[in-house]
Amino acid sequence: MCKLLLPSLSAYSAVTDPIISIQGLTKTYASGFQALKGIDLDIREGEIFALLGPNGAGKTTLISIICGIVTASAGNVTVAGFDIVRDYRKTRAMIGLVPQELATDAFETPLATCRYSRGLFGRKPNPAHIEKTLKQLSLWDKRNGMIMALSGGMKRRLMIAKALSHEPRILFLDEPTAGVDVELRKDMWALVEELRRNGVTIILTTHYIEEAEAMADRVGVINHGDLILVEEKTALMQKMGQKRMVLDLADPLAAIPSRFAGLGLELVADGGQLVYTYDTQAERTGITSLLNDLRDEGIRFRDLTTKQSSLEEIFVSLVQQGRA
Amino acid sequence: MNLQGILAIYRYEMARTKRTVLQSVVSPVVSTSLYFVVFGSAIGSRIEQIDGVPYGAFIVPGLLMLTLMMQSLSNASFAIYFPKFIGTIFEMLSAPVSFYEIVIGYVGAAATKSMILGAIILLTAWCFVPLRIEYPVVMLLFLTLTAVTFSLFGFLIGIWADNFEKLQVIPLLVVTPMVFLGGSFYSIDMLPEFWQTVSLFNPVLYLISGFRWSFYGSADVNVWLSMAAVTLFLGLCLLATWWIFKTGYKIKK
Repeated sequence: MCKLLLPSLSAYSAVTDPIISIQGLTKTYASGFQALKGIDLDIREGEIFALLGPNGAGKTTLISIICGIVTASAGNVTVAGFDIVRDYRKTRAMIGLVPQELATDAFETPLATCRYSRGLFGRKPNPAHIEKTLKQLSLWDKRNGMIMALSGGMKRRLMIAKALSHEPRILFLDEPTAGVDVELRKDMWALVEELRRNGVTIILTTHYIEEAEAMADRVGVINHGDLILVEEKTALMQKMGQKRMVLDLADPLAAIPSRFAGLGLELVADGGQLVYTYDTQAERTGITSLLNDLRDEGIRFRDLTTKQSSLEEIFVSLVQQGRA
Repeated sequence: MNLQGILAIYRYEMARTKRTVLQSVVSPVVSTSLYFVVFGSAIGSRIEQIDGVPYGAFIVPGLLMLTLMMQSLSNASFAIYFPKFIGTIFEMLSAPVSFYEIVIGYVGAAATKSMILGAIILLTAWCFVPLRIEYPVVMLLFLTLTAVTFSLFGFLIGIWADNFEKLQVIPLLVVTPMVFLGGSFYSIDMLPEFWQTVSLFNPVLYLISGFRWSFYGSADVNVWLSMAAVTLFLGLCLLATWWIFKTGYKIKK
């Protein structure tokens, strides 16, 4: 994919930090379902923020309120210091939204629909920008064909092109790579990184934890309408991450000796592997004493490996805690 | 005001007409021409003049109104219903356009389309029957007010409808009978007295009567009453639009 040449930060007016500020945001639908329960969140300018959560957690509702599609029941949201209700023209002009569904007019052309999006957001026609965006997303050759003839991946890119047509400062990507192949997903990641380099703040929701792990600066986890965690991704993985030490035993064990009870050891692979889970942040990990005790017990091992918890494991653990 | 936004909606809708020129323009012109041939030339030649106007010419204002109302309704209702149906409405709701700007864009395009169609039908009618327009300014005023009012009404139907059946039910089961029974093809003087009284409760009668007055200077009801009726209907539609946008009815969750 070609390089993106969006306006640099200097092209925009001076802004306060954070660029999005959410306070006490709640949403209860007419059915009585409470989708958001008092969300407080600040998004920093220029960051990639990944919002994780299971289906129905409230991710799309949160995005929809900020973009103006859904009305909040209570709370405030400001974008670059402007209230999303009172100053909706200013806030919405700054935001681009790529929705989860591939919602496009099948009988329209990519060129016409991008021009339409730009005009709708109050920008004067700029054929050069539309051409550049379509070229960057490898859609220029298809500009005059009907959208219905595009593949799923192309339609997904077209949704991004439409969202970028009015040169937004903030881009919401709601499940941007849902249902796309691995190659296109990697292209999308590169695109997002390029947008960030050009100063665009990106908020993405995803089911692919590896996506958040690969791209995000910060991660928020939402579950049952509560924002249960907001953390720098690396700090989160360090703080919450557990490590597993796996010992390949020289001689398989029938059972774990009683003196090791309470250490949380697991015997796996038909007794051929001993697994020890420990907290990396603890004052003592217990590794040295465990190895000494194993030697005293006459348990020998051929190999030793350690593995850091992935963001996915952390996420699953958090969501399960929420259920409990 | 987001003028670019209004223009974007307006141009997008007008471009849609170009894509569907057979359905949007040719089809109504052909069906209206058939009315002129059947009622104007074939049957009309055997019917007496009404208020000194040959029958073929007498039905022209009614037929124009019929097309104008039905096309305004269907253009505007489909225009707003389609984005709701395919999900592209999210873009409009997330754009810096006010609801009134959205209405101006959609209703403006729908009214323009039906007025262009009305002009084409008027020119077509000239080929079949002898026409005269005594009050062209009043004729244009009625044409514009009716196109805008019924486009607004169609927009409201498009917002209200959540399936294709609902989209069609009011135009087909309410408006069409009202237009046919509103004096499109006859003067209410030709009806028995009881049905004349019943006809006066049909609001469409006032529109057709006023429009016919602008052509031939004769009408079933006073032209000022006709003007008041179309203004009242426009006011009601504007009030309903204001309420819908205030509450977000069927638009915002």
